[in-house]
Amino acid sequence: MTLDLVIFIISALTAIFGALMMIFQRNPVASVMYMILSLVSQAVLYMQLGALFIGAVLIIVYAGAILVLFLFVIMMLNLRQTEDMDSDSTPISKLAKFLVSGLLFLEMLFVVRGSYFQSSVETGLLSPQIDDFGSVESVAELLFTTYLYPFELTSILLLTAIVGAVVIARKPSNEDPVEILPFDSDDDEFKSAKAAE
Amino acid sequence: MTEYIYLIPILPLIGFLINGLALNRLPKSVVSAVACGSIGLSFVLSVILFFELKALEPSSRVIEQVLFPWISVGSFHVNFAFLLDPLSAIMILVVTGVGFLIHVYSVGYMSHDPGYSRYFAYLNLFTFSMLTLVLADNFLLMFVGWEGVGLCSYLLIGFWFEKKSASDAGKKAFIVNRIGDFGFLIGMFIVFWSVGSLNFNQVSSIAPTVFAFGGTLITAACLLLFVGAIGKSAQIPLYVWLPDAMEGPTPVSALIHAATMVTAGVYMIARTNVLFMLAPDALMVVAVIGAATALFAATIGLVQNDIKRVLAYSTVSQLGYMFLACGVASFSAGIFHLMTHAFFKALLFLGAGSVIHAMSNEQDMRKMGGLKKHLPITFMTFLIATLAISGIPGLSGFFSKDEILWKSFSSQSGHPIFWVIGFITAGLTAFYMFRLVYMTFYGQERMDEKTKSQLHESPKSMTIPLMVLALLAVVGGWVGMPHILGATNYFEDWLSPVFSHGEAVNTHALLSSTADSSMEWLLMFASVALVLVAIYLAYNFYLKKTSLSTAMKEKLSGVHKTLLNKYYVDEFYGAVIVRPIIYFSLFLWKIVDVLIIDGLINGSATVYNDISEFLRQGQSGRVRSYATIFTLGVVVLLAFFMTD
Amino acid sequence: MTVPIDAYLVVGAGLFGIGVIGVLVSRNLIILLMSVELMLNAANLALIAFSRALNLMDGHAFVFLVLTIAAAEASVGLAMVITLYRNHDTVNIDRFSILKW
Repeated sequence: MTLDLVIFIISALTAIFGALMMIFQRNPVASVMYMILSLVSQAVLYMQLGALFIGAVLIIVYAGAILVLFLFVIMMLNLRQTEDMDSDSTPISKLAKFLVSGLLFLEMLFVVRGSYFQSSVETGLLSPQIDDFGSVESVAELLFTTYLYPFELTSILLLTAIVGAVVIARKPSNEDPVEILPFDSDDDEFKSAKAAE
Repeated sequence: MTEYIYLIPILPLIGFLINGLALNRLPKSVVSAVACGSIGLSFVLSVILFFELKALEPSSRVIEQVLFPWISVGSFHVNFAFLLDPLSAIMILVVTGVGFLIHVYSVGYMSHDPGYSRYFAYLNLFTFSMLTLVLADNFLLMFVGWEGVGLCSYLLIGFWFEKKSASDAGKKAFIVNRIGDFGFLIGMFIVFWSVGSLNFNQVSSIAPTVFAFGGTLITAACLLLFVGAIGKSAQIPLYVWLPDAMEGPTPVSALIHAATMVTAGVYMIARTNVLFMLAPDALMVVAVIGAATALFAATIGLVQNDIKRVLAYSTVSQLGYMFLACGVASFSAGIFHLMTHAFFKALLFLGAGSVIHAMSNEQDMRKMGGLKKHLPITFMTFLIATLAISGIPGLSGFFSKDEILWKSFSSQSGHPIFWVIGFITAGLTAFYMFRLVYMTFYGQERMDEKTKSQLHESPKSMTIPLMVLALLAVVGGWVGMPHILGATNYFEDWLSPVFSHGEAVNTHALLSSTADSSMEWLLMFASVALVLVAIYLAYNFYLKKTSLSTAMKEKLSGVHKTLLNKYYVDEFYGAVIVRPIIYFSLFLWKIVDVLIIDGLINGSATVYNDISEFLRQGQSGRVRSYATIFTLGVVVLLAFFMTD
Repeated sequence: MTVPIDAYLVVGAGLFGIGVIGVLVSRNLIILLMSVELMLNAANLALIAFSRALNLMDGHAFVFLVLTIAAAEASVGLAMVITLYRNHDTVNIDRFSILKW
């Protein structure tokens, strides 16, 4: 058992554990913490695969920025303990959800075990690493040459997201009330249907 | 000038559009100028065209003006075309001439009505429809005019629609007319089916070759066409709408329900005289119904107290005369009477309107009397018209009525019985007309003080048309003097080209000229004598010794009551036709419509509603269950691709 | 280097499955959003693994782009969470049934 394997097993199990704890936590703050744990473990896996730069970005951007944003929102909304969350889903429907997810997982395993990559990846073992694999330089070269166009598009996407986030989250002022009703409230049919209910 | 035929109907249409679309926004002076001006121009044009037609050879006096092909489907071709021949020339003169006078009269009569421009718009539309009817060169276009006048009649009877009785009368007129129109349509279909054309001239020339003389088909076609005429011209059994039509403004009664529209049936029969001549049995029916209506309506007219109703029954009766004339194959006599009747009946109605106007809208003759000195012009003109309708020699009514009586006696398809009926009717006519005059213009003044103080002669715009019509009522008959008076019957000669086709196919129908003139003299004297006796009786009953009339009333109370209630025909129709229809409609509504049809529709709706209600469960609106189903779809798709 | 690439892929599949469970089961909108992030990261892991296996750097560029999209998604998603909370006073996803007619 090599050190690589040990590190892999530990970090993989930590990632899975963190993810599981994340989804089953009632307290959203704890949830975010477990998510960070899972992300850090994943960053270790990335680095093990030679993706040093991406791993660093994952920790800096994800753990450092995005999840802090989550945390920030949770704090702002003051969501201490998730309020009652009255369990209106029956055990059967919950079971069905786990079943569906499990099936999806199994199917993915089948894909992994399948013969899709066997021609190029003979035994499923990792091929020898090239010199500057995963360095900032090589990633940057790709992004600014081959993938320049998608890269620029992504910047526009980010800009849109920023504007969108601002517009959506803005508190509607009294001067221009934002219509949040999903239906035209002048619609008589809708009103009468509402009244009939 | 003959290329301007189309202008005659178009001008009133333009007037209608201007007045109708302006919607009360024009000042009254403009409205009346447009309405009277358009029809006045039509009249001038008609006169010019009449003289142009007269300048032509008698045999070539047929002008067809095709404006555009109207319907062209397979072998069915109808042109939008006008036909000017001696018959339609007479008709357009009557329609535009009398119509113009009545328009002028209406300016004064309707001056205080809030619906002033609406009234003139309707009146112009009516004139347009009527001119289309008489100028049409085919059945279909004639039917357009036929329906148009029916519509205008409905609109004008119900002109004061806020009055329940007026709107009811309008509906009644329309519905009864529809029954007749149904017959007209079917008759038209038969004609087209057999002849292959709807053009009058083509039908006239082809019909004798395709129809067997007196055959079943032609008889059926003629009878169905006659049903249309019965409806439009208010003959038994469809006359019931005309007396009720008196709910409309009085000038309307004069124009539509006396002078022009109701004569459309007579005109139509004269126009299709070839067909009727081919079907002697149908002619017989026409004569019988005409004679029966003449007598029947005259008896009802004897006892009515509403001044307009008397005139209405008188109109029905006189229309019966016209049909009697047509029925004995003497179409020109029928048209002649149509023309003279238009003059004196319009005059009577307008005079009655003047009386009603003066009496503050009182129509009951029992509350009138002694109006002679208050309304001198109205009285004089009214008296002339009464003398004319009674058949006093020298006036227009005498010549036309006498010709009808003589033809019904002497014509080959006539019969002495027809003459007897016409003869009695003439006496009754004189009696009830003079009863009307005596009750209205002579004797005590029975109105209340308030009305009396407001009595006034009508304005100039109303009296001038009266005087013009009075002149026409006097001289209108001189164009058709009988041969025995040593004069030429210009009228008959003028129309003879139109009726020559018909006479050619049935040479026996008309009179054999062997009838001796002494007989004609005798009959003429008899009818004049009867009329004089009737006038004397009326004088006695209603002026000299009014006790006599009340005594008569009590003695014959049963008869009087029957007559007063118009033989209970309305009640009879109500019980036999209207009531069952109402019950049947109720059945259709409550059972068929509500239970069966609505049940089916609501049932299907309920089924879909239930299905939707069930399917709606899946659409819970919960994002998570949607996501679950979405994931399930991914799973299934992946499985599908992997097993591939 | 003795760890086979399949192992990384299995870990990625596992993380992805957990993310799906999180989306389907979680009633908290914020946790749901984090589950989506988790799924994106699982895909990233697979991309890195393939990139390593094929000895091509392109996977890294993809991961970089996916990270950007994840950030954008998180910002817009959180903005919506804030608005929803402001209007409905809850982040319980079962309360937001306005997709229903």
